[in-house]
Amino acid sequence: MIEFWTSFGIWLGALSTLAIWSFLYKDNPFYKVAEQIFVGISAAYWLVYTIYNILIPNLFSKLIADPVANWIYFIPGILGLMMILRIIPKFEKLSFYPLSLLIGTTAGISLLRFLKSDVLTQTTATMLNPFAATSLTVTIGQIIIIIGTITGLVYFYFSKKHEGFIGANARVGIIFLMVSFGASFGYTVMARISLLIGRLQFIFGDWLHLIK
Amino acid sequence: MNYIIPLIITFLAGLLMLVAEFIPHKPFESIVSELEIWFMIISGFAIVLGQLSLLKMNFFKIKYKSEGWKYCIVTLASFFIMLLVGIFWGTESHAGLLGQGKVFVDSIGVKPFDFIFNNIYQHLMAAMFSLLAFFIASAAYRAFIARTLESSLLLVSAIIVMLGNTSVGSSLTSFLPQSLNFLHLPNLSKFIMDYPNLAGQRAIMIGAGLGIIGSSLRIILGIERSWIGGKK
Repeated sequence: MIEFWTSFGIWLGALSTLAIWSFLYKDNPFYKVAEQIFVGISAAYWLVYTIYNILIPNLFSKLIADPVANWIYFIPGILGLMMILRIIPKFEKLSFYPLSLLIGTTAGISLLRFLKSDVLTQTTATMLNPFAATSLTVTIGQIIIIIGTITGLVYFYFSKKHEGFIGANARVGIIFLMVSFGASFGYTVMARISLLIGRLQFIFGDWLHLIK
Repeated sequence: MNYIIPLIITFLAGLLMLVAEFIPHKPFESIVSELEIWFMIISGFAIVLGQLSLLKMNFFKIKYKSEGWKYCIVTLASFFIMLLVGIFWGTESHAGLLGQGKVFVDSIGVKPFDFIFNNIYQHLMAAMFSLLAFFIASAAYRAFIARTLESSLLLVSAIIVMLGNTSVGSSLTSFLPQSLNFLHLPNLSKFIMDYPNLAGQRAIMIGAGLGIIGSSLRIILGIERSWIGGKK
């Protein structure tokens, strides 16, 4: 019985893949159906995930186990319900209260997180002494990092017009940014192609058994 | 008045997170850890709101027979099937309302929720993203036309990085002598990734970080109010 369901699963996967790939010909009903199934399943998956991993352990299990001792969790529960009321236009304004707590907390967390990880850590890591490096390649590389980071930042400085000294620096900065975008693009292309190869292996291997 | 209380809550919540970072003692520590749980709970409800909004939109499309309304039935059907099997028989790590779904596990090997996830969702997702390989190729054709210095740099670095990570790229420059080893494509690709790319990424990270810090301060101080409709 399990063998049948395994084969059935492979067929479902293969037909789903072919339905999505049919878009390469043109937009068609098979693609649209597959796309809508993806949307529906995806939405339900995240809802079930949220219920089991967030709402039950953090809220419902506490309130069911000991509502008196955990009375404080009625507050986020009520705020959550107020959030859901946003779906009814008449009660939309009630959602501002839970939203304000979410936004305030997110702003506080983001401010600290980005200050530490993106600004301070990255700035500290750029404070290099290239001439203390062990090889010429590393020395050149570290000089590139220092110049590239500073000029890249100058490019993002929009409070002053990019002309003269600032303009020249910004021009150097954009060169580094373009190299960076090119490298990122190359990696993205490779990731997508490796996904495509994975799909082809599934179709020709698991489904059609043409390759091992 | 409708907007003042939310702005005060935002200010206090943001301030608490900041103060707790600099004063990691009671009562701030416990208040912040409690606030983080509240944050998760309310975020969970926000996800529920998102799904309800999706359902509402699809119901209205069906009700008013908008263009493509028949496909909305597929969305709703797949949504409810996945939701119900998840709630009734649970997931791989959680029991559902009707238990562990032993009948299904004995016959199909896994729970129905995991069966749909493994055999439909994962394949649809992989196929959808693999589809981008074709479109990214046409995007690359447009982006890689070397008209300016900037687009040439983009072209060259992308090609070196792509080739440098494949066996073809490695064999293309395998004839180079040891003294020119740094021009060997995998080494060149590594150099680009380790230095110019890192410099560019670092500039973006620091710039974006400063931007986020500024935006967060504006939100905490109530200067940025677009999330409540931008009312004064």
